[in-house]
Amino acid sequence: MAFRRALTRIRNFKTTQGLCKRSLSAQAEAKENEKKRTHFGFETINEEEKTKKVHEVFETVADKYDLMNDVMSMGIHRMWKDIFMQRLAPTPGTKLLDMAGGTGDITFRYINYLRNLGHRDTHKSSHVTVSDINQAMLDVGKVRAERQGYTGDPSVSIDWLCADAETLPLPDDSYNAYTIAFGIRNCTHVDKVLEEAYRVLQPGGRFMCLEFSQLPNTQLQWIYDQYSFQVIPVLGQLVAGQWKPYQYLVESIRQFPDQETFKTMIENAGFRQVTSHKIPEGGECARPILSFVSYPYPRSRSDSHLQTTPQRAQSDPIHRG
Amino acid sequence: MRLTTCYRCYSYSNTKFITELENNYIPHTSFQKTLLGFGSALVALVDPHRADMISCMGEVTGGQAIKYMRQKMLGTSEGAEILRDMPRINSTTVCFKTLSQMPQNSLGRVYANFMVENKITADSRLPVHFINDPEMAYVIQRYREVHDLVHATLFMKTNMLGEVTVKWVEGIQTKLPMCIGGGIWGAARLKTKHRQLYLKEYLPWAIKIGNEAKFMQGIYFEKRWDQDINDFHKEMNITKLREV
Repeated sequence: MAFRRALTRIRNFKTTQGLCKRSLSAQAEAKENEKKRTHFGFETINEEEKTKKVHEVFETVADKYDLMNDVMSMGIHRMWKDIFMQRLAPTPGTKLLDMAGGTGDITFRYINYLRNLGHRDTHKSSHVTVSDINQAMLDVGKVRAERQGYTGDPSVSIDWLCADAETLPLPDDSYNAYTIAFGIRNCTHVDKVLEEAYRVLQPGGRFMCLEFSQLPNTQLQWIYDQYSFQVIPVLGQLVAGQWKPYQYLVESIRQFPDQETFKTMIENAGFRQVTSHKIPEGGECARPILSFVSYPYPRSRSDSHLQTTPQRAQSDPIHRG
Repeated sequence: MRLTTCYRCYSYSNTKFITELENNYIPHTSFQKTLLGFGSALVALVDPHRADMISCMGEVTGGQAIKYMRQKMLGTSEGAEILRDMPRINSTTVCFKTLSQMPQNSLGRVYANFMVENKITADSRLPVHFINDPEMAYVIQRYREVHDLVHATLFMKTNMLGEVTVKWVEGIQTKLPMCIGGGIWGAARLKTKHRQLYLKEYLPWAIKIGNEAKFMQGIYFEKRWDQDINDFHKEMNITKLREV
């Protein structure tokens, strides 16, 4: 009798344990499923859907992308990108990976910057790989490059690569500069993009990111919000015949982490000397844009002396004074 | 999307159109509607090939006119039947091959010939984006899909002269601001020879037809493919201007 009771107790305990385990694993699965949701603008969708939806957005907007940038920012985006390239200040011999480079705005500025250095006869040739997850955007870039005379330049070679910034089909340490302008907020896993950027950059290389940020002044932020949400989708409909992609684009700006959080994410990927700048400098009246400048910290290697001496801007070979 | 009328009231309607409307509707504010109204008119003036701007203008400025059209349709049993059935006109709902084999003078044959001669397709009509009442949205969708039939039965080509003339007829009948605007501003783009024809013949004729003909948006064309075109004209009080 006592034995039977003990057996029953053991069986019940095992059943309870089994139930607990099942319940726990169901909870874990539910949490797993919950984790796999992400934002698409102000919508919440499954992570695997985001890449596809972002792809559709850019497929739709590709042929009017540059025109819409001019219309939405009243041409001011050109100034932001000019300043961004001034900060990169490439020298001959630079190997740039222009991620989310699509229609070529950053790449063309890079080439123009090098040309204006007056080193056309130098033996050092420079290179840029324009990479984007969306072939339609790259196709627009290729046509523009052809039309504006950037192809066939012996001093700067251009490659076009359709690839996902989260899993780059590129070897380690293959570039000394990486730019991503108004692209990182469209990526599903920003941390993976940063890890990949770290991987493909050589020690001492630079990661440069241009992205929208929040306004410190709440009234200005309100005015900017009204412009973004009330006017930009309407402009998208009038200029490009597309409302929803532009609705997504303005919403995605609000979903991106703030400066400090993003700075921490960059440092977590291994970069050091991370700085952020508002463009224009001290801008209160205009929309500040951030450019993040950071250096990959040298990884453990035989040339360990690099680890003890932090890289300084003046001594970095790709910088100018 | 929140529909302004509940599904119960649409037990007799074509829910396929309503589902399509839900997918295409873009929520917007009154401020955005105003911007769209002015913006689409401007873009359509600058580039008349932007059919999406003409559609947009029709939707955001046509509120009162669409209500009027709906009332006119409900005023006849044929019009009321259209609103009940919500039929669509495109290549999947209309068999153009069958129409092209019908007798020469039949309405169906006239329509099929018109589409071939002017090299146009019935699948080019854009969906409604800025009206969330299904019946009102259907009225404007029906206006778009019937537009080519109005051209065909009036024997007006799809060149600028023909378009402007049809816009006058539609503008008088439907009171849509987009049609009235198109009739006036479109005429400004006519070249000398066509402008002369327009002022001497086409415009007076269009005004006459617009005022005297029966309400063309209330005609269930799909049930009249075998009707003789001359009978149709007599019934509708239409006199042909010239053979196309």
